[in-house]
Amino acid sequence: MITWMRRNLFRSITDTILTVISASILGYVIFQVFQFVFVTGRWEIIQVNLKILLVGRFPEELMFLVGFSILATCFSIASLASGMNRPLDQPPTLAGKLWELFQRFGLIIATSAFLIVLAGDLDAVLFGAYVVLSIFAGRLFGTARRTTLLRRLPGWLWLSINATLPLVLIFLTMGQAALEEWGGFLINFYLAVVSIALSFPLGVMLALGRRSTLPLLRWLSTAYIELIRGAPLFVLLLLAGVALEFFIPASIAPDAIFRAVTVFTLFTAAYLAEVIRGGLQSIPKGQAEAGKALGLSTFRITFLITLPQALRNVIPAQIGQFISLFKDTTLAGVALSVFDLLNVGTAITKQDDYLGQGLIYESLAFVGLLFWVGSYVMSRESQRIEKKLGVGIR
Amino acid sequence: MSPQLSTPSKVAFFRDIRTLKWALQILALLAVFALFYWLYGNYQENVAKSSIQTDLRFLDNPANFTIPGNDLDQSQPVRDAFVEGFLNTLRVAFIGIALATILGTLIGIARLSKNFMVRTLGTVYVELVRNLPLLLLLTFMNLAVVLQAFPRIENAWLPLDLFVVSNRGIAIPWFIGSPAQLGIGILSAALLAFVVAKIRIRQADKTGKQDRAWLVGIATFVVLVVLIWLLFGYGWELPYVDGRGTTGGLRLDPSFFALVASLVIYTSSHIAEIVRGSILAVSRGQGEAADAIALSGSQKMRLIILPQAFRIAMPALGNQYLNLIKNSSLGATISYFELTQIAQITVGNGSPAVPAFSLTLLVYLAISLVTSLVVNFFNRRLALVER
Repeated sequence: MITWMRRNLFRSITDTILTVISASILGYVIFQVFQFVFVTGRWEIIQVNLKILLVGRFPEELMFLVGFSILATCFSIASLASGMNRPLDQPPTLAGKLWELFQRFGLIIATSAFLIVLAGDLDAVLFGAYVVLSIFAGRLFGTARRTTLLRRLPGWLWLSINATLPLVLIFLTMGQAALEEWGGFLINFYLAVVSIALSFPLGVMLALGRRSTLPLLRWLSTAYIELIRGAPLFVLLLLAGVALEFFIPASIAPDAIFRAVTVFTLFTAAYLAEVIRGGLQSIPKGQAEAGKALGLSTFRITFLITLPQALRNVIPAQIGQFISLFKDTTLAGVALSVFDLLNVGTAITKQDDYLGQGLIYESLAFVGLLFWVGSYVMSRESQRIEKKLGVGIR
Repeated sequence: MSPQLSTPSKVAFFRDIRTLKWALQILALLAVFALFYWLYGNYQENVAKSSIQTDLRFLDNPANFTIPGNDLDQSQPVRDAFVEGFLNTLRVAFIGIALATILGTLIGIARLSKNFMVRTLGTVYVELVRNLPLLLLLTFMNLAVVLQAFPRIENAWLPLDLFVVSNRGIAIPWFIGSPAQLGIGILSAALLAFVVAKIRIRQADKTGKQDRAWLVGIATFVVLVVLIWLLFGYGWELPYVDGRGTTGGLRLDPSFFALVASLVIYTSSHIAEIVRGSILAVSRGQGEAADAIALSGSQKMRLIILPQAFRIAMPALGNQYLNLIKNSSLGATISYFELTQIAQITVGNGSPAVPAFSLTLLVYLAISLVTSLVVNFFNRRLALVER
């Protein structure tokens, strides 16, 4: 212990000074945060407005749709994750498993528990139990894929089975409720999921186009990608907010969600294309040449050999793209007056009961917590996958 | 008997790879044309229906709004307002890029420190900031810090009596004189300092002594600036509270402060990760060689590791600079009068939306292109020339 301290904290005089300074900064920040969270913070504003913050004024009788889509998402993620698992050489101990679980999802579990306590009613507790159940069911389904006849299913079919259910439910939910009832964290999450799902095919096409040997396709894709990447997302959203109706037939009559999804999809596709292009470039030439030697067509070489490997190699970067999209959905709130989490967070401090009491710290802290936990857990997972894939380690 | 060669049979026209390639390209072009035709047709139809302007004539209309801290007149054309907005965007971009690079580099180095506390502090900063939306940071800076934590002007904070910090902005000491004189003074000082540093490097190459070019260069620069200052009889001007406002010095808008602060905080967390990765990517042997010739820790960092790390970091850094410039458009959400805000206001005042926002997008595109040209130029200068 003392050796450790000497080595890590007090190597030299400068080092000691640095230690003292940074320790006092850290200590001050931690003290302030603790004081804010447990002493001075007035959290009843969050407790009262919890439902608005999470789902806006979503109609009560349609809430089951939201619930089901969340359950379906948990199920799919769990089943995909455990379906991909290769059996380990040594089965880990129960304690080891629990520790890994805690490391990976401790933050999410803690935040969910915190939300349930804040909500403080039986429904929330029950819903938490359902989520746990659906995760277990997903794990069972995923394990079944590894051990039973489901193993015969090709990968893409397995992926689409798992992806369809939550996506259908999410689209259904988005179609059901009118826009003015939408809001809160739900809108951020749904916008991110829907936009990334829609932009994926476009991104793959653009990436293939940019790598194509056909000059015309290459130029078109490059022009699109570079134009979009040179433009600020916020201005694109503003433009869509006032001008989208000029470019589509008058019969569609776009609402704010439609505008947001359009812009996020077109925008993310360009960035996703660059990510996927990176993956395509990482595949050694020999792969495609081997395909040629087997007499496969270019189409088959791309979709059976190079593209699957490329997509797998850049899973972490794709998750990174999703995280930044998730964070960028807040822009829709300001640019298109969507009632998203951040907008709700600033709006609730202007309610009659809380006006002028300086509660902006409390509400922004809550908003930040949700975004932070989401992004942090996802980025940790992507690092884990990166290690597992062994990309970049030669 | 000669071996029977299979004669290349005539490939059918529709299976010939060359035909297929052309057909595919023409098909793609047609699809894109069709898309544009459809969009353009819709546009024409909808424009005809709502009878709005579609050209850039609105730029000559009077602006009908003023920009705080700027003597732009209400009757001046929108064009001038756009130019002002463009300049404000550049201002934020320059200051933001400079500060974010410095802060990001420091934190990136801190994350690799041998000192546990420094390392932890760096990690906490990066992990905390990187995973928050920029807009949240900006809103927090604007609503919670500037408008709420900063005092009213009556009881403004006066750190060291040099600054005036209040919710009406931050006033800093500034020099008296015309900007042109200041610019010429600083430019000539910088030029001379550069020459002195070059001479030092040449001498060092001859004698083998340490050049300390940066140290000498910066010292020359400071001395020269002070000399020019004294020679021309300029002076500092300290800001002080004057009734409901501040007088003297340079007043930074509260929104300017909030925007720059949040951009710097956000971007520096990304730059820190890039710098950390690049330092780790410098091959180990370089650091070990520096240890072997008994360079001190800071010499090793300054002379051996960082120059090579920045070579690796350059493309990624350029991307972050572009992001910062594009993100400065968020200034519009806190009424900082940069390009996007100007566009938004003129559209609100009745300028046609499509041309106004398209113009804005083009300007951002131009800024991005110039920035990436500059970054590429430096990148080529820095890149290792291999075979």
